[in-house]
Formats: sequence, C-alpha cells, structure tokens
Amino acid sequence: MKMLLSFALMAVSLGAQSADLTVSAAASLTNAFKALAPAFEARNPGTRVLLNFAASDALLAQIAKGAPVDVFASADQETLDRAQAQQLLVAGSRRDFAINALVLITPIDGAVQLATLADLRHPEVKRIALGKPEGVPAGRYAKGALEAAKLWQVVEPKAVYATNVRQALDYVARGEVEAGFVYATDAAVQKGRVKVAFSLPTAVPIRYPVALVAGGPNAEAARKFVDYLLSPAGQAVLAKYGFQKP
Amino acid sequence: MDSSAWIALALSLKVAGCATGLNLILGMAAGFVLARKRFPGRDLLDAALTLPMVLPPTVLGYYLLVVIGKRGWLGSWLYETLGINLIFTWQGAVIAATLVAFPLVHKAARAAFENVDPQLENAARVLGLGEWAVFFRVSLPMAWNGILAGVLLAFARALGEFGATLMVAGSIPGKTQTLSIAVYEAVQAGQDSTANTLVLITSIVCVAVLLSAGRLSKART
Repeated sequence: MKMLLSFALMAVSLGAQSADLTVSAAASLTNAFKALAPAFEARNPGTRVLLNFAASDALLAQIAKGAPVDVFASADQETLDRAQAQQLLVAGSRRDFAINALVLITPIDGAVQLATLADLRHPEVKRIALGKPEGVPAGRYAKGALEAAKLWQVVEPKAVYATNVRQALDYVARGEVEAGFVYATDAAVQKGRVKVAFSLPTAVPIRYPVALVAGGPNAEAARKFVDYLLSPAGQAVLAKYGFQKP
Repeated sequence: MDSSAWIALALSLKVAGCATGLNLILGMAAGFVLARKRFPGRDLLDAALTLPMVLPPTVLGYYLLVVIGKRGWLGSWLYETLGINLIFTWQGAVIAATLVAFPLVHKAARAAFENVDPQLENAARVLGLGEWAVFFRVSLPMAWNGILAGVLLAFARALGEFGATLMVAGSIPGKTQTLSIAVYEAVQAGQDSTANTLVLITSIVCVAVLLSAGRLSKART
C-alpha cells in the first residue's frame, strides 16, 4: 500500500503544472469544493484547481510524505495541529472557514426509529457506520459523543468503520447498516436516501481549519484560494451546501 | 508484537483458504466443461468467467454490492427468506476473494485438461470405466500439476485481495479487516509503525507461499 501511496504522489506531481493549485480537502467538503473550484478559476484565469479528497488523516499522511499540496482543508483542528507539529504548514496561515454539525442518520425507509443515542442499544440496530476514529475526524467526533454518553461500549461491537465520512454515508444510503454518524452537510447530499434522526452535541465544535502547506508549488494562488474561501462569495458557496460561518 | 496484526493474518489466511477451496472445485469443474464440451456460447462463457481477472476490483465490488447487498436482488432474497446478510461479514470477503481469484484456477484447469490426450480417456472408456471414474482416475491425475499451479496462484491472489473485499466486507477489525486492508488503513491514518509490522508479515507470508509453491511443483515433476 506504500507503493500505492507513492504512485498517487507521483501521479499528483506529474500531473501538476506551474499554474495548477492542488487543494487537499476533507471528504465532507467534496460537493462544496467542487462548486468552489470553478468559481475560483473564473476569478483567476490561468489557474487550474486540482482537488484531492480523502479523510483528513489520509491527506495529512500524503502531505507528510511530501505530496506537492498547496492548500490543506481539514475537518478537524486536531489533524491540522498534528500537521503544525510536524512543521508542514506555513506559519500563521491557518484560518477557520466553516462550521459543521454531527448527525445520526438512518436509511430513508429504515424500520428503526431513533430518538436518542440510547436507542442504539436496540437489538434491531445491528450495524452502525462511522468513520474509523484513528483515521477519520467524523469518526473521532462520533466516538467522543458516544463516550460522553457512556454508549461507546454499546456501539463498538456494532460498528462498521468507514475510511472516510462519505463511505459511512454510502453504507447508510444503501441500507446496509441501520444507522450511521455523518456530518449534517453529508446527510443533505443524500437527502432522498437517508434521513436525519437528530444532531449530536460534540465536546468541541466542528470547526474546519484551512492552511497553506509549506513548500507548496503554487504559494501565491494558494493564498488567493484561502482568501476566496473566507470571502463573502466563498462563504456563500459553503452556506449553499449547509456549512455555517466560523 | 501487536496482536491485531496476527488476528488480521489469521483472518486473511481463513478467507484465502476458503476462497481457494471453493475455487478448486468451481474452477476445476468450469475448466473441465470448457475443455471437453462443445456448446453454443462457449466462448462467451469463457470470456465471462475470465472477466473478474481483467475488471477493476472496484467494479467487481460494486457488482457484488448490487447483487448481494441487503437491497440487491439476491441479497434481499437471502435476507428475507433465510435471514442471511453477507455484507460486512467474513463470508462476504470469501465471496469477493473467490470471484477475483477464480479465473486463475479456471484458466489453468482448462489448459491442463486440454493437454490430456482424449485417446487416453477413450481407452479408459473402452476398458469399461464410467464417466466419473474416467475423470477421477485418468483426466484429473494427468491434469493435476497444471491445476495445482493455478490453485497456488489463486491462493496468493486471494490473500492479497483488497478492492472488492473492502467494498463488500468493509474493514471491521477482527471480523473483516484482512492484512491488506489493515495496511491500507494504517497508512491512511499515518500509523507507519503499524504499517511496517503488517507489511513485514505480509511479505514473509507471500515469500513462504511462493517457496512452498516451488517446492510442491518440484516434488510433483
């Protein structure tokens, strides 16, 4: 798998031109950033935005191994803290740009009604999808909320771990699991196939930080991209996909 | 050493072992039928049976999800009538690994059976052996070396299966997280020391498989 990673890095570096801006963004940002990229390109002719989506931890692993990334947008502060500790970011470039919420979802035609977290004890709830806490911020938030409710022991044997939050969403949308933890913005993407049971309080607010990656090949465009992200126009796009202002 | 690595190894061996056992029977049967029988659509069937080798594992994984998923046409029937759910189970991983490795046995078996001189089979028939006896006492022993080579390759392929397995069986530690998936997860999470352990174990197991394959084929020839 190391080989896979290095091939991925090679592909990224071979494909990137000098006017290319590589943005690594958390999987939950997929739809919003796919809408942001063309809008940014229209404002900055000649710049092409290359988007790279995965779980935040996977993105950090790529950057730590030297992937030529310009901008890193993570779904949690912890991952960017770790990037900062490894001195992978441009000092002082870190900003919060969006706020999200964690929700519990069920398939739209799901038989089980979930009103509280304790309902996950129900024997009808056989499987629960969540991001793997060791590698996916959404999984860490979910585990934290469940531990706070003293229900982690209940959920752990039923847990089906996803490699990013969108995979957890897909498991629920296909009805392969009875419930799953995703962000409110993810649930909105599959409105026709999943329904939100309720949203969960998290110990720390879900604030998305963005930062410039040290040694990124296109620092100038990277700075412009982060500015655009924080501008009213950028925030309007994010709001359209359900993200709140930081 | 990390006990979860051994659990992943045991699971990988279990899944690959079951898949290989299934493939030995299925691949041998399919290889024999295609080598000996003439019927319309034979080439098409051969192509369809070889498809898993050339299709991207993600495509296979998707097909499997659509077919044996809880809402798939076969999966919904299994779930409603027998209460069986294959997604996120090690049995689901066996199905994925079997499918992916099947062409290796099928192709090897077909070639091996085609190399058996039909006159020898006919001679056995003339001497009064029934069809089953001809197969087990003449065709199979003569084709066995070739089939075994395919079976060992299929075992190695099943052991390394990743894409389709991840899509169908997910990555549940101790239940469906095989070695190759554990490596992927560790790298994704930036846990390089875990990845190193797992990669080392996987490499040792693969070398062991290759060495024993070489020894087996030497002992046979």
